Amino acid sequence: MKVLVCISNVPDTTTKITFTDNNTQFNTNGVQFILNPYDEIALTRAIELTDGDKGTVTVINVGEANTEATIRKALAIGATDAVRINAKPHDAWFVAYQIAQYVKAHPFDLILTGRESIDYNGSKVAGMLGELLDLPSVSIIKKLEVDGDKATVEREIEGGKEILTVPFPFVAGTAEGVAEPKIPNMRGIMSARTKPLKIIEAIEVKTNSEIISYETPTPRGQVKLVAADDAAKLIELLHTEAKVI
Amino acid sequence: MSVLIYAENADGKFKKSTFEAVSYARAIADQNNTSLTAISIGDVSSDELNSLAKYGTEKILNVANAQLKNFVNQAYASVIAEAAKKQVADIVILSNSFSGRGLAPRLGVKLDAGVVDGAVSLPEQSGGKFTVKKTAFSGKAFAVVELTSANKVIALTPNSYKIVETAKPAQIEDFSIEAKVSDFKVLLKEIVRSTDKVSLPDAEIVVSGGRGLKGPENWGMIEELADLLGAATACSKPVSDAGWRPHSEHVGQTGIAVSPNLYIAIGISGAIQHLAGISSSKVIVVINKDAEAPFFKVADYGIVGDAFEVVPKLIAAIKEHKNVA
Repeated sequence: MKVLVCISNVPDTTTKITFTDNNTQFNTNGVQFILNPYDEIALTRAIELTDGDKGTVTVINVGEANTEATIRKALAIGATDAVRINAKPHDAWFVAYQIAQYVKAHPFDLILTGRESIDYNGSKVAGMLGELLDLPSVSIIKKLEVDGDKATVEREIEGGKEILTVPFPFVAGTAEGVAEPKIPNMRGIMSARTKPLKIIEAIEVKTNSEIISYETPTPRGQVKLVAADDAAKLIELLHTEAKVI
Repeated sequence: MSVLIYAENADGKFKKSTFEAVSYARAIADQNNTSLTAISIGDVSSDELNSLAKYGTEKILNVANAQLKNFVNQAYASVIAEAAKKQVADIVILSNSFSGRGLAPRLGVKLDAGVVDGAVSLPEQSGGKFTVKKTAFSGKAFAVVELTSANKVIALTPNSYKIVETAKPAQIEDFSIEAKVSDFKVLLKEIVRSTDKVSLPDAEIVVSGGRGLKGPENWGMIEELADLLGAATACSKPVSDAGWRPHSEHVGQTGIAVSPNLYIAIGISGAIQHLAGISSSKVIVVINKDAEAPFFKVADYGIVGDAFEVVPKLIAAIKEHKNVA
């Protein structure tokens, strides 16, 4: 089985988010970038599914040269090889379009993405790839098991889950539950340096969205503390002042 | 031009988030002096369909095809895209639900439309620009996105837009398209309903527990409190990582983001990743025995105290409050 895992390079989850240039640019100064945590889940499952000689895992990233540390991390975790499409990831459409062109020339049995990237919180690439490649797509899966020429997946829904069977090839966006990421071992880290990383140029395409500015949430006022033995007071405040119960 | 709203149902009933999305779509139609059509797919009664008119739809397309009774991502996207073309709708609205997140990107490609998912407020339209604010950095910020394409798809975050009643006389029309076999490759084997009474992403009140509760055996009081408030239960990442609670309850940057009216955090210190997932809650209550817990800095109300003493008192106080009310 040939698996493609689409990865993004995102600010570490502990990052304090700030902006520059009159709130039009994300301030990357001092920010540590990591492999998007949901993509790491996808990658871990892909490696489990192809363990031994059951297949290969290719990671693909649309990004500039600064994403290479993250790509090497994916190789250290256990991907077979990597592709970087050399361009700024303008928006989900741009990224999906580039990856779709690559997949048209190099078919895969299974294409995984994280459920969303933790920077722009889109969950669009999986669905767009499905549409561009005329493949089924399942967004936000919690479980993925292979059963011959098809897979059984659990899709999250409000108040429960759906159990679905999907024939290969297909696209899915993975969430927690699909796999438990592991820290790469020394052998993985050493071999990552020599694993193939192919760099290809992006194809020009018209984009249809643009981030024009950012805002940070309005800070809340000072917390109103209630004495520990006066729970009734809190209930009263929530009822009469905050009006939420 | 016109606006099309996909009115999502669960077991034949429209959810609150659907009415929010309809109200939102109505406001966008008004911004553009145009009409609003809703499309409903599945087995929905005409009474239920008519309820959409209360929020301002002028036409309701009803897709009652038995093959489409349950959600099939590709097939639903095809039907909605065809409806958009038939209605000459240049703006398609849906709820940013689990299913909506599957549909929006496919619709974007089918309609050659820019997509904003996770929208939190009405578009601004001035000087020929169409911009929408959406959540970014998992709740740590918002991004204002300009859609430059003629067609637009917007998926609205649940609990971020108020339901507005603007009754319009509406007509229900049956709608169907020739189904493409390749749209039905995904087969539904089973729907498993969780035993939770309130689903977390839709909940207006959330009661959330952290490591301070010491073990899964202590969740009884969290559940009782949630029950009394009609709330959903949630937890922090260490709790779901330890297997005390299911991953579906994990709220935070790598779990799910919620925006309830009231978020009650019990025994959660307030790591930046957790705060990201709850920052758009309208009112935040924190109960923690550590007065220095970072969570107090973003809370509206707080109690510094041991959860094992405070929560039973809260439960008693709510029972009392309910008796009086």
